[in-house]
Amino acid sequence: MPSEVRTIEVGYLTRVEGEGRMKVVARDGKVEEVVFSIFEPPRFFEAFLRGKHHSEAPDITARICGICPVAYQMSSVHAMEHAFGVSVEGPLRDLRMLLYCGEWIESHALHIYLLHAPDFLGYESGISLAQDHPDIVAMGLRLKKAGNEIVRVLGGREIHPVNVKVGGWYRLPTRAELDHLATVLDRVHDDAISTVALVATFPMPDVSRTLEWVSTRYPGEYPMLGKTVVSSAGLDIPVHEWNDWFVEEHVARSNALHSRIKTRGSYETGPTARFNLNSELLSPGAAAAAHQAGLTAPCTNPFQSIVVRAVETLHAVEAALQIIDGYRAPAAPAIQFVEKAGEGCGASEAPRGTLFHRYRLDAKAMITDAQIVPPTAQNQLSIEEDLRLVLEKHIAEPDDRLRTILEQSIRNYDPCISCATHFLELEVDRG
Amino acid sequence: MSPRVAVFKFASCDGCQLSVLDAEDELLAIVGAVDIVEFPEARTRREPGPYDVGFVEGSITTPEDLERIKQIRQDCKVLVTIGACATSGGIQALRNMADVGGYASIVYAHPEYLDVLATSTPIADHVPVDIQLYGCPVSKEQLIETITAVVAGRRPDLPSHSVCVECKARGTVCVLVTGTPCLGPVVRAGCGAICPSYQRGCYGCFGPSSNANVASLATAWEAVGMPRPALARALQGFTVGAPEFQEAIRAL
Repeated sequence: MPSEVRTIEVGYLTRVEGEGRMKVVARDGKVEEVVFSIFEPPRFFEAFLRGKHHSEAPDITARICGICPVAYQMSSVHAMEHAFGVSVEGPLRDLRMLLYCGEWIESHALHIYLLHAPDFLGYESGISLAQDHPDIVAMGLRLKKAGNEIVRVLGGREIHPVNVKVGGWYRLPTRAELDHLATVLDRVHDDAISTVALVATFPMPDVSRTLEWVSTRYPGEYPMLGKTVVSSAGLDIPVHEWNDWFVEEHVARSNALHSRIKTRGSYETGPTARFNLNSELLSPGAAAAAHQAGLTAPCTNPFQSIVVRAVETLHAVEAALQIIDGYRAPAAPAIQFVEKAGEGCGASEAPRGTLFHRYRLDAKAMITDAQIVPPTAQNQLSIEEDLRLVLEKHIAEPDDRLRTILEQSIRNYDPCISCATHFLELEVDRG
Repeated sequence: MSPRVAVFKFASCDGCQLSVLDAEDELLAIVGAVDIVEFPEARTRREPGPYDVGFVEGSITTPEDLERIKQIRQDCKVLVTIGACATSGGIQALRNMADVGGYASIVYAHPEYLDVLATSTPIADHVPVDIQLYGCPVSKEQLIETITAVVAGRRPDLPSHSVCVECKARGTVCVLVTGTPCLGPVVRAGCGAICPSYQRGCYGCFGPSSNANVASLATAWEAVGMPRPALARALQGFTVGAPEFQEAIRAL
């Protein structure tokens, strides 16, 4: 009897940021091949950063991603400050966290409501979802707008903000601007609570797996601006030891580099990893909402990432309010430092996971070498492993249903393909 | 019938198409007024052309994309380029002044896996474009104005004067006269003069304004202690591929 081969392919993955594809092949009911690949054209950021002044890195690297420019700005300023042997602390650091809370809220709300919720509720887009459930989408847009408003006020504009620099800020916000943001956040606090309750009711495919979870850490804080890198397998290293533990490989099927932990292999970074490693550090309201939603660490069902994202959104709203409440303006918008030759590493938590930067600088503080490791590149192997697991579990399903659940599985990671080539095609080949 | 609208992506950061979704107050009205039939970042349903309006983000950097844009032009009655990548090649046009083979080997261990062009070029270098929206990113207001204009069947009202006019309009004290180098006098308005209001100089997101006088700006930069090569470097940013800036860089 000839063997039965099924192929499912998605040549251009939708509702993700950037261009990617997926292909899975099953032979006689067994998974044969699973490929998630990125065909977004490369833009060579690490090359043209060479010869640029260190002060240009936050604005240039922001352009890698229009969804999470703040993450690029934060990791790059951390790396430069590390190279110069200085550290930005106190209210200047608190303002960086506030800006980052804005990016988490807008990016998570975008992904939850416009990109991922349609999968759970059986719609092809947030636009179609809005036709039947305008109240749900309107709630998401209110949250998203609040997040964007933080970035706009502190950063000058929502996409590619202009106010972040090595050492701190160009201009400090006024008390009136911060009070405005507190009002904006107070207004969406209930929306953020309702979002956790809403997504917790979504029907969840029953999949469970354990893998190595990786996030940054800063003592006493739910991770955002990291100082060390930790994992569920006991890794605990300063950020600058990254390259001793993580490797990137270039494979033919993808324009993004794949990351592994040396001697161990794939790992996951992002909301679920952060939650599993740091759930005790959530804001009180976010911890209570997670408890009510039945979410406990470790969360092993990748589809529950949408619930974790909602919990993190609420955390960001509450953390932002706390920062505004406790803020006392510092004497100057930035700290002083002496430019010098050297190497610096920095990491922070983009909405979709840990973002690592490393730069080498010459005596004029010009960049001679740059390395950028975005979260989606790190998650590529785990995304493929999840696809394999989901395919095995749902192999009896017809192609259309299978394709939908496989795409949903990729969206669990909120992949940013613009970042990772800095997106994706799905092919399911069943022969 | 509502106009059929498509959004396409080429080499870019997705920020300009995200500006459509960032119009939180207008988004539901927009999707009521136009039928967005092709927008892969936001919806799975996809429809082939023809389209009444196509918005194109990103620059041309691969042989496939060069062919794809020609087909998109044929499919769209009105073609609108959105953002610095689509209108001038983007920050990735820095490769136009370098050796792309060398670039690829800096980032990738196996450059032979890549299929890329030596240059990053704007859409208008390859096909006729009807409306250009500048900026890195585009202005959300200009984007909404353009969608509104297209639905109404009129031209969008878009400025071509310099950022200086916007600083005056919002009452921002000139940062150049207080000693901070600023590209505002030669850069197109549209952002609302954000940078000077945050106490830094304009760094050129919207590309050259009409009648940009870079030679005169060079004198003003020298007066604040910034020599000509510094101005030439500053122009090598997010709109480096704009011909006016290329020429100015050579002249400096």
